[in-house]
Amino acid sequence: MANFYNDNESLKHHLSHPMMEKIVELKERNFADADKYDYAPQNFDDAMDSYDRVLEIVGDICANIVAENAEDVDHEGPVVSGGHVTYASGTQRNLDATRKAGLMGMSMPRRLGGLNFPITPYIMAADIVSRADAGFENLWGLQDCAETIYEFASEEQKQKYIPRVCAGETMSMDLTEPDAGSDLQSVMLKATKKEDGSYVLNGVKRFITNGDSDIHLVLARSEEGSKDGRGLSMFIYDKRNGGVTVRRIENKMGIKGSPTCELVYKDAPAELVGSTRLGLIKYVMALMNGARLGIAAQSVGISEAAYREALEYAKDRKQFGKAIIEFPAVSEILSTMKAKLDASRSLLYACSRFVDMYKIYDDIAKERPLTVEEKKEQKYYSRLADAFTPLAKGMTSEFCNQNSYDCIQIHGGSGFMKDYACERIYRDARITSIYEGTTQLQVVAAIRHVTTGTYLNKIREFEAMEVVAADEAVKNTLVFMTQQYADAVQAVMGVDNTKYHDFMARRLVEMAGHIIMGYLLLEDTQRNDAFRRSLNVYVKYGQAEVERHASFIANFQPEQIENYLYTD
Amino acid sequence: MSLNIIVLAKQVPDTRNVGKDAMKADGTINRAALPAIFNPEDLNALEQALKLKEAYPGSKVTVLTMGPARAAEIIREGMFRGADGGIVLSDRAFAGSDTLATSYALSMAVRKIGDYDIIIGGRQAIDGDTAQVGPQIAEKLGIPQITYAEEIISADNGQVVVKRRIESGVETVKAAMPLVVTVNGSAAECRPRNAKALQKYKYAAVPSEVAADQSKQEFIAARPYLSIGEWNAAGVDADLEQCGLAGSPTKVKSIENVVFTAKEARRIENNDEELEALIIDLIANHTIG
Repeated sequence: MANFYNDNESLKHHLSHPMMEKIVELKERNFADADKYDYAPQNFDDAMDSYDRVLEIVGDICANIVAENAEDVDHEGPVVSGGHVTYASGTQRNLDATRKAGLMGMSMPRRLGGLNFPITPYIMAADIVSRADAGFENLWGLQDCAETIYEFASEEQKQKYIPRVCAGETMSMDLTEPDAGSDLQSVMLKATKKEDGSYVLNGVKRFITNGDSDIHLVLARSEEGSKDGRGLSMFIYDKRNGGVTVRRIENKMGIKGSPTCELVYKDAPAELVGSTRLGLIKYVMALMNGARLGIAAQSVGISEAAYREALEYAKDRKQFGKAIIEFPAVSEILSTMKAKLDASRSLLYACSRFVDMYKIYDDIAKERPLTVEEKKEQKYYSRLADAFTPLAKGMTSEFCNQNSYDCIQIHGGSGFMKDYACERIYRDARITSIYEGTTQLQVVAAIRHVTTGTYLNKIREFEAMEVVAADEAVKNTLVFMTQQYADAVQAVMGVDNTKYHDFMARRLVEMAGHIIMGYLLLEDTQRNDAFRRSLNVYVKYGQAEVERHASFIANFQPEQIENYLYTD
Repeated sequence: MSLNIIVLAKQVPDTRNVGKDAMKADGTINRAALPAIFNPEDLNALEQALKLKEAYPGSKVTVLTMGPARAAEIIREGMFRGADGGIVLSDRAFAGSDTLATSYALSMAVRKIGDYDIIIGGRQAIDGDTAQVGPQIAEKLGIPQITYAEEIISADNGQVVVKRRIESGVETVKAAMPLVVTVNGSAAECRPRNAKALQKYKYAAVPSEVAADQSKQEFIAARPYLSIGEWNAAGVDADLEQCGLAGSPTKVKSIENVVFTAKEARRIENNDEELEALIIDLIANHTIG
């Protein structure tokens, strides 16, 4: 039987990362649930075995149900009638299967009905789901909204909503409005406090993924007369109460199975989450960080699908008397695709481990004061998660676009036809570098880690890594690339012009990204020889990219920026 | 009303993807070369049982299988998907059983379980394709049977309503409980494994497995839900004369590999000339006679 987990050794490699031992022990509070819940692990090995076997379920469902339905779902799509959405029949079957398999609320604690999985195996499931059908990942993956309820809502709200998510109810995050896309500070949806202290919502939201979900997290303006982000609060809207209708769903280029809705709120009853005014500045920021990691997973899954489709076709397609994979022009594309895929995945799981570490400490801190040592670690990982999340989202989504482009290129004329999966993959990939913040906005979030040195400090830690003799040369290349990066950062920051900084920001973030991904692959190769090929290919590629950016920066006079600006 | 449901399941070699080494020189199945799986139509049967369990809260699903101790794997598989437990009927005395001996042994195990409302099994197993065991169990227990079931619609007031697949379509029939239902491959596919059930039951084992792996003994002893039943012939009061080879009137004379050469279906008109020509053909190529 086909299985999207068992057929992918790199997933098992990342799941068995040495940091997992600490993550699992902290997450399981030294296995305190062992005698409380019959499905809780007894020890580290038991927990890892459970992750492995649950991911096997995910791989089974994805290979045999979700991937099988993907094409029909793409054609059929959801429909809206009477103010509500009906999913494509294949989507419904996918949801039924994942619900019956108990794959909802995976990271939620057991006391609320979840599996209490760390983020890392959960993200791995998202990676697998996305390979099968990126559009379905949007629906299934919105379970991470439960994280926000868990982190910020009252105990009563947690008890009320999280078990429902774990039982399979879907969620949505209602943020975007017609005039508030990237700029969420402009959100206008009105939250009015009634005499009994409860709220009602009125207004319109647009581009809401799975907008007819069971449980919505809604960003709304609770402070009358306010204009900026500090007047916004977060609410839960429960579909069971009514008050929100779907006016239309968008006709999209890709991820067509995922309904993107325009919502109308008419006196929709809602519950405030946490404190007023913290909606955007605290809760949505946390929500978005989780969602960005989810999009990075989606991007990696799409990259995987693109690579596999391309590889299979290149082996099968014969021209000039041989399989096209035998031509260096084709095999170079494939090797580079694989290197970008492996680099993306290494970055994704490095990031998810950092997220795991700080989130678990945050959670433990609600139960007892952290020790000095723990606080130090919490801070360290929180900073790394903050730096790696936009980097991972930005780099993996751009790579998944490149890989899906190359996948079509490998297919030649056939790839342009609707006959192969590659054209759907290409369309699905396109959104990843746009939603949950465009790549340009990821750069805005990442650049301060260039200027404050978070990336460089981490790179210096990598430099201390012992490597086998075979990898010494590639390590030296990475050291050299780091010098180019450090020089470029200094050169750009030495110019007193913020527009110029913004102009060069993406180049600097990408340079850091290539070096970090190179080191992550180097680390992977020390544990597993299978990564050496991708390491070598990736560093060759990254070296040229770093060189290109370094050259651009070195040859650029700050005043030349005028050629790139539009002013009326 | 809650139901006691027994699911008959068989661990079979996966004959759907057979390679060159699937058969041994002596014409028997090379079990080592083929992965052991849950017989596909038994999974369809399990799904029907699990649907009933959902529809009638408090119902209990027990998977019953006959085979060596390693057949506990399919009991676990059933538990991962929602069954409450199971029993492996295992004894050297059962070796070499044909359908008659198998149905005898299973019917004795069912008698020992005693309290049951519905026995559900797959129509047939992919290693034998006989479709005899289910009906034979019904006969031995003296209870009604419904074959080729596609959906068990309800089980109220002592009666089940079942939609069954027939050659020209479907029909809906009713029968009194207790009864045997055999399920067709066209019925709903079995649900996937459940993440919580898998984590809960992954160490479930039959006593002989526990004996072989001391490390889990204490753990399993403290958790009764992890004990899978393991019964032998004496345990189900089976008459050894009716078990295994002794109880199997089927004797295999020889086995030969058959390679299909016919390319297409042949249409025979319903008249004496064409039927006679077909009979002559079939005799000539030793299909009959």
